[in-house]
Amino acid sequence: RRPPRSTPKPSSAASDVYKRQVHGDYLIDMESIDWSQPIRDGTTIMAVVYDGGVMLGADSRTTGGALIYNRVSDKIEPIHKRIFCLRSGASAHTQKIAQLCRLYIGQLGSELEETPPVYSAAKIIQSFIYNYKSFLSAAMICAGWDPIKGPQIYTIPLGGTLVRENIATGGSGSAYMSGFCDTHYKAGMTRKECRDFMIQSISLAMFRDSSSGGIIRLLDITKDGVSREYISHDQLPLKQNNYSQSCLLYTSDAADEGLGVDLGGR
Amino acid sequence: TTEIYTRSIVGSVRCVQETGYQRRVHGIYIKQSMQYIKDMSDQPEQGFSFENTRRNQFLIEKKVVKEPRYTKTGTTIAGMIFKDGVILGADTRATEGPIVANKNCLKIHYLAPNMHCCGAGTAADCDAVTDMISRQLELIRLNTGRECRIVNAATLMSNYLFNYGGYIGAYLIIGGVDCKGPHIVNVYADGMQTWLPFYSTGSGSLAATAILETSYRDDIPLEEAKEIIVRAIEAGIYNDLGSGSNVDLCVITKGKTEFFRNYVSKNKKMFSMEKAFSFPKGTTKVIKETTVKLAEVKVEDVSSPMEILQLTAQFIKTISVSYTHLRAHETREDLVCRLLLEKKKT
Repeated sequence: RRPPRSTPKPSSAASDVYKRQVHGDYLIDMESIDWSQPIRDGTTIMAVVYDGGVMLGADSRTTGGALIYNRVSDKIEPIHKRIFCLRSGASAHTQKIAQLCRLYIGQLGSELEETPPVYSAAKIIQSFIYNYKSFLSAAMICAGWDPIKGPQIYTIPLGGTLVRENIATGGSGSAYMSGFCDTHYKAGMTRKECRDFMIQSISLAMFRDSSSGGIIRLLDITKDGVSREYISHDQLPLKQNNYSQSCLLYTSDAADEGLGVDLGGR
Repeated sequence: TTEIYTRSIVGSVRCVQETGYQRRVHGIYIKQSMQYIKDMSDQPEQGFSFENTRRNQFLIEKKVVKEPRYTKTGTTIAGMIFKDGVILGADTRATEGPIVANKNCLKIHYLAPNMHCCGAGTAADCDAVTDMISRQLELIRLNTGRECRIVNAATLMSNYLFNYGGYIGAYLIIGGVDCKGPHIVNVYADGMQTWLPFYSTGSGSLAATAILETSYRDDIPLEEAKEIIVRAIEAGIYNDLGSGSNVDLCVITKGKTEFFRNYVSKNKKMFSMEKAFSFPKGTTKVIKETTVKLAEVKVEDVSSPMEILQLTAQFIKTISVSYTHLRAHETREDLVCRLLLEKKKT
């Protein structure tokens, strides 16, 4: 069992000075930045099987409380030549699990002298998350291509279940795009359709979820190879600026009069 | 019979190997086969034991024991990749709450000839962990005959720290140049690694990150890179109370490591005495003199005075003396801290 982790609170006046710093005309309370928060990939991760392969997508934000530790993190971890996994949850835990999975799958690949099955990688990840579930906070998606079953996706959420799916979403941002995914997903998309679908849904999630943001990283796995790309913020279909532009219509006179404001720009 | 202590996921278990009978500990007992015990005992015990935390919490709540003071160490450390290699920078203040414990401490630690490591967090943890890892890397270098890679150091570091769940407070930025090029990696106390072209950690990291974010671009020349890191650390020094004093720099390029201790030193002591006070003997009035007989030592067949010293040393006991008996001029230090006894409220 782990004891509760708490920030120490010194009580003397002298150390209160340490807590507050004056910047210009206003005080910044240092305690508002909680340095003891575990670092999480709050995240939006997604994987979709299309006609000919599987595409993985993720945002790129790693947060610790209110602070962003890495705004361009890579949540797509390589496990083998055609097997990758997406990480969400506590960063240290998921990095460790992916590292161990890489180790065991590498050994398996040498023993079998052929491409290891994606199912084996997913099973290894599941065994870690299930057996250590009280200690770990990790939810992962394992996806890849193998000659036996073709493109596959397996989700392993927090408890340690293993489910094979054709479309998988995960992370805190996945809740915001579930409606969109349910409506617009169809089986057997082409590569371009799949790519557009994923970019649109991940940017919807990033727009609404504070733990997701940055750039969209995409990875495409087919039997012929693997290709990576990233979509930077100015190429996103849903820009953060949408809201601020509409807010320019809001004037203080309207507020004083108690009128509703027409945010036509939305 | 031999007892083997094993630590399983469920709890602490003690089993007697030969007879195989069980003992009840904390209400949990597990019968284990001998081979399993042997396998478990080959593994070194990892992680901290938190068995006493409940007892400690109870004692603090009941005000039986006072919680020991937590020493927060503020820091600004930063690392950046430039055209030919890597630059690491750090401030030099070590704090103990509101007091500066060390005005010129060393936060850039040696890992390998081609790698250095900045450490933030608990100073003791950083020193111990980097020391341990640098020795492991030395053994790897001897065994393989090759220069170590940064990824090697990062993996060793994060594997070790992961086992302690973040309770070893070492927040490190490892930087170096190896056969794959220049690298910077931030290893967080819970074992997370972040590989980026520039990074900053510590209480002053927000200020330093602001400078790095605006100034960084690919392939910066050396002089400009030094200036950027110095500005980043100085931003931490002047805007964060936990960081201060001087800036240390370490420039690592292929085949060469340059360490600049106190590269920038703008916070020097303003006034200092050139000569210590000197009072002639007899200035302090001796009120009472006590001689304590410690032991009688008979010395025979001694060849050197050193032997006398060694023989008598075992009989000498140190007697503790209250600080209030010492006068400042009778010691070599500039300052002697005197105990301020709190007045007991009646």
